[in-house]
Amino acid sequence: MMQLDNLYQEVILDHYKHPENKGLADAFDAQVHHINPSCGDEITLNLSLEGTKVKGISWDGVGCSISQASVSIMSGLMLGKDLMIAQEILDNFVSLMQSKGVGQPDENVLEDAVALAGVSQYPARIKCALLGWMAFKDASVQAQKKN
Amino acid sequence: MALNVTEIRKDFPIFLRKIRDGKRLVYLDNGATSQKPQVVIDAEIDFYRLNNAAAHRGAHQLAEEATELFESARQSVAEFLGAKAEEIVFTKGATESLNLLAYSFSNAEPGSRFFIGPEHTIVVSEMEHHANLIPWQQLAKRSGAELKWFGITPDGRIDLSNIEDLITDKTKIVAITQQSNVLGTINNLDLIISKAHAVGAIVIVDACQSVPHLAVDVRKLGADFLTFSGHKALGPTGVGVLWGSYDLLNELPPFLFGGSMIENVTMTDATWAEAPKRFEAGVPNMAQVVGLAAALKYLQGIGMDEIHEHEKKLTQYLLDGLAKIEDISIVGPLDISLRGATVSFTVDGIHPHDLGQFLDNAGIAVRTGHHCAWPLTRALGVPATTRASMYLYNDESDLDALIRGIIDAKKYFGQ
Ligand SMILES: Cc1ncc(COP(=O)(O)O)c(C=O)c1O
Repeated sequence: MMQLDNLYQEVILDHYKHPENKGLADAFDAQVHHINPSCGDEITLNLSLEGTKVKGISWDGVGCSISQASVSIMSGLMLGKDLMIAQEILDNFVSLMQSKGVGQPDENVLEDAVALAGVSQYPARIKCALLGWMAFKDASVQAQKKN
Repeated sequence: MALNVTEIRKDFPIFLRKIRDGKRLVYLDNGATSQKPQVVIDAEIDFYRLNNAAAHRGAHQLAEEATELFESARQSVAEFLGAKAEEIVFTKGATESLNLLAYSFSNAEPGSRFFIGPEHTIVVSEMEHHANLIPWQQLAKRSGAELKWFGITPDGRIDLSNIEDLITDKTKIVAITQQSNVLGTINNLDLIISKAHAVGAIVIVDACQSVPHLAVDVRKLGADFLTFSGHKALGPTGVGVLWGSYDLLNELPPFLFGGSMIENVTMTDATWAEAPKRFEAGVPNMAQVVGLAAALKYLQGIGMDEIHEHEKKLTQYLLDGLAKIEDISIVGPLDISLRGATVSFTVDGIHPHDLGQFLDNAGIAVRTGHHCAWPLTRALGVPATTRASMYLYNDESDLDALIRGIIDAKKYFGQ
């Protein structure tokens, strides 16, 4: 079971069972809907900004534990961050996912998201982990355009 | 006679390898693609080693041999389907076959029996694979025709209750699957075919999931066109078969233009070869075609009826085993007489992707997701399912492994 435990860390299963910021807020600057066409996972994400700061993230979706936990972790991580910082965190996470299992996750930057490092060993699951992050990226671009 | 799975497995070199750190391969993803016996691998290799040349081009010995092998493969496929050799078109796969048909319809002139316009309807079903839905959906958009479809019953069969409303004088095409790649349902097409023919519609059968698993005789079936992919029938990738009843096939306009499909060419015009050559533009996938013939011969050696019986037994075994696990729902008919050896299910509280990953860790290959039939999974109200699909080299031990895997996964994910 070792390899699998690497993928399904306790933190991930916790977030899966008790997701954070799930349930769409009524007010938002941008709403995006992202789909993973290979497996059918879907997420809707609402983002609101205050200046360049992330004021609110809420989401709803269906999907596997990796995709759902990843959105949950991401939402907690990005909340209250300046978009510049958020972008750095996102870039950091994306390169971790692309690291084929050899990337050294930076806990100072990624916090709980380091638990997803194991995903990078499973090529088919990387898209699951990135679903919510890509939705966030899309939403932040749209929200900035609007403001 | 019951299949000797232990002996059969020896014909498939992939079963010698280990999965995920030394585990036995339990391959239950045959709906996606099948494994290849050594005879198929050898047929392809031998073609390249000994006979490689462009079939139907050139007067040298190798070209003659390649042509001979290619054409005798056509004969083998024809015999396998109860068809005539000139009714067999080699394509790259079922997806290409179905697109070929849809675009050939597009190329038909007004007045042709294949012409399709705003006054016509195209009928499919809600259980189609994307490959037998999107080409028709898009043909409808291009031509202005209306796309209609059979719904599905709660137990996963085609709902024929409104057949009179669906198949009417306006219907030009009925495109339907013989066996669902998600539900496992084997559709009895008799009524649909006779209704369609009564109004002059053309019936196209997606036989991707049926031809590899049960004896299909195109004359008995009575449809107009039928397709399957070689790779799901122990054959190589890159080769598919389109069968068409000859009179129709020979009237159908071509879709892909190029070498080998012409009768005469000038700078400003061209005329077409007879079917099937008209539909085989370019140097074909010869080694793959030869490999496919070897695969069909292998299947015939074992016997399609024997394979079907074997799979039925396995399906019953799996359905019984799954029924004993709590929180499992089978998606598709439970009645063994209505289905083939493709079993989709959901487990409460475990997403299929996670279940699939867990099973993979135990060396068990299943498919998870919407299985390229998104409208169907939406209609069923399940975003995704886990699918186990069996073939001649599977046995009860594979299914025991799967069942044990599901039980362990439930523990692992804390259900
Ligand atoms: C029912 C059905 N139709 C069509 C296809 C398309 O076959 P291919 O991808 O080999 O072209 C498949 C397989 O994926 C299938 O299961």
